[in-house]
Amino acid sequence: MTATDAARDGGAAPVRPSLHADVEVARGEQRIAAAFDVEPGHPLAIIGPNGAGKSTLLAAVAGLVPLSSGHVSIGSRAIDGLPPEHRGIGVVFQDYVLFPHLSVHDNVAFAARVRGSARAAARAAAEPWLERYGLADLADRLPAQLSGGQAQRVALARALAADPEVLLLDEPMSALDIEIRDEMRAELATHVREFGGATVLVTHSPADAAALADSVLVLEAGRVTQRGALDELRASPATPYVERMLAASPE
Amino acid sequence: MARTTAHAPGRLAWPVAVLAIAGLAVLVLPIIALIVRAPWADLPELLVRESVIAALVLSFGTAIMATAVCLVLGVPLAALLARATGWPTLPRRLLRAAVTVPLVLPPVVGGIALLLLLGRRGLVGSALEQWFGLTIPFTTGAVVIAQVFVSLPFLVFAVEGALRSADRRTELAAATLGASRWQVFRHVTLPLVAPGVAAGAVLCFTRALGEFGATITFAGSLPGVTRTLPIASYLAMQTDPAEAVALALLLLAVSIGVLLGLRDRWLPGVRG
Amino acid sequence: MMNTWMPRRIATTLAVLLAAALGGCASNAGGSGATSGTVTSEADPATITVFAAASLTEAFDELAAQFEVEHPSVEVVLDFGGSGTLAQQIAEGAPVDVFASAAEPPMQSVVDAGLAVDPAVFATNTLELVVPAGNPAAVTGLDDLANSSLRVALCDVSVPCGAASEQLLRQQGVTAAPDTLESDVKAVLTKVSLGEVDAALVYRTDVRSAGGSVEGIEVPDAASVVSRYPIAALTDAAEPATAAAFVAFVAGAEGRTVLDRFGFGAP
Repeated sequence: MTATDAARDGGAAPVRPSLHADVEVARGEQRIAAAFDVEPGHPLAIIGPNGAGKSTLLAAVAGLVPLSSGHVSIGSRAIDGLPPEHRGIGVVFQDYVLFPHLSVHDNVAFAARVRGSARAAARAAAEPWLERYGLADLADRLPAQLSGGQAQRVALARALAADPEVLLLDEPMSALDIEIRDEMRAELATHVREFGGATVLVTHSPADAAALADSVLVLEAGRVTQRGALDELRASPATPYVERMLAASPE
Repeated sequence: MARTTAHAPGRLAWPVAVLAIAGLAVLVLPIIALIVRAPWADLPELLVRESVIAALVLSFGTAIMATAVCLVLGVPLAALLARATGWPTLPRRLLRAAVTVPLVLPPVVGGIALLLLLGRRGLVGSALEQWFGLTIPFTTGAVVIAQVFVSLPFLVFAVEGALRSADRRTELAAATLGASRWQVFRHVTLPLVAPGVAAGAVLCFTRALGEFGATITFAGSLPGVTRTLPIASYLAMQTDPAEAVALALLLLAVSIGVLLGLRDRWLPGVRG
Repeated sequence: MMNTWMPRRIATTLAVLLAAALGGCASNAGGSGATSGTVTSEADPATITVFAAASLTEAFDELAAQFEVEHPSVEVVLDFGGSGTLAQQIAEGAPVDVFASAAEPPMQSVVDAGLAVDPAVFATNTLELVVPAGNPAAVTGLDDLANSSLRVALCDVSVPCGAASEQLLRQQGVTAAPDTLESDVKAVLTKVSLGEVDAALVYRTDVRSAGGSVEGIEVPDAASVVSRYPIAALTDAAEPATAAAFVAFVAGAEGRTVLDRFGFGAP
């Protein structure tokens, strides 16, 4: 709740469009189908067991795997026919997938670089992002020399430096050591709030959903089994999975 | 299982070690024989002969050009081959077979095939001569073409291996950041496989340097124009075995020099 | 190996390669003959290995076949190449019973190494101009070899046919402008039969055995440069008696008949 309030009251955050998705994707034998709308400043968590198709769903929205059918739009702009580079969707990948051959600085400058800026200009444009995410001291390091938390910040800065309208986060906490997860989760929540646009998060952790999202969509075996705020799920779990998951994760 | 854990990791079982040493002997002993039997006393005189220097210069120049051509054509071909994993079986296998053929084809037959394609009466060569007055055999360009034909697979397979082991998700990440396909290739794929490209280029260069059969068949053998070091060495064998061995040593020294010189800087396993 | 291929076998080679590419492995049937090895002298098959100059290829294929007919227990294995290369291989210990060279220096090097005695010249050969069928460049004589606008192949001077060519050209006062100097006479002939060169100098026997893809043009003074072919059984032949019999056969009346037919002159 505080997240949405901050975004609404922030004022500085630009007005961003919502995300609408109604998609079906084939992954081998499995079919994954889901429909959801995400308003800016109201992040959605897609939660579900391993193999439910959460990451595939996210990849389909980003244009990284083809749709069997359905459509995706940002505001009034249909994007399902566009290649990923023209969708305006930023992605923080599981394990972050930083460019191993580029420094932190050049990772963050990548989007500006491929949009035609000269190397020096792209690096200059990246500097505020480095500052904002506390990466200035790490600018010259290679990804192999970063801790998990540092890599997460680089991945986020790299994605947001591209000025996306929508942000997708695939299991952003899973690569982190358990001891620092709480701290990093709070930090990430702040950054997501600052971004302010439509945000979708994939996780299998109710704690992540609670900290980062306003509402939850439960995906099991490629099908949506329940959706709503976490409290609503807790009040009346629709499936044994939801019940078990929430039982294992106390408020 | 408990017994195996008692061994220090990295120690080889003795049959493996014995066979490994035998394998090494197969590779190294002939070279040692060449070095032992070399006419060391005459070497300074042999190596400054005009014919030797001409062959050396020609070999170096053509092998460098062939490597450049292999890089330009081979890296994209490797990308195609790596990407072909999603293709149906038959075209995928045909593609792989096409790239492999020059490795299994006797080079002399490769040379004949090039003549049948690019020779005066060849499928393409006849048209080239008729329309452009261009003839390819017996030119230095023909040497480069023959070398490219035999050495391209080495580069393609080295780069393909690197591409396969690279994390494809980095390419997807680049696309979400706004990179076009070409930019993904240029800014992400290529730098990621650079060690494989370098290793492939070195293999390609040394193979081109040693190329004999396809060259003599397709390009002929004229001093300063098409007579490369291996051909000069082979011809010298007829009358002057000492010069032949000297030329072979030169070839060996150049190849080893290139391999050692580039090893640490360019080959895989450097970073990290 | 590189030096033993022959133009007329190229088509076969390509066909075999194609078959191998399409159908997997080409089986290498047979292998060397039975090694029964247990009993008797008469039925025991003897194999002799003959190293012969590339220009002898067709004649020796025929001679070996006839010799095997006359000596059913004998198998003759032929290996053809540049005479210098063959001599070099013999000096390095190649297991050879008979050596037939296209010139005397390579044979002399084998004799000097103590590996052969008393070589006998059994054939002679002379050079001839050769052009692709139809003579597309309208070559008429030796002088055309000096024409830099024509494609010309010669044997390299390091091999016998090259040495003979150089001698003939020098005698005739022709400064040739070759586009390639090949490692053996068969390689030259291949370039001609494929039409890649307009003219070349090869042995007249090669022109005769090449068939319809090339034409020979007699050189008036070719007889002034005669290549002499010596043959010898090697001193450490594994089958000395059979080796001597083969040498005698080649140098004898039957051999003469075959060699005549392929265009080789008498010694």
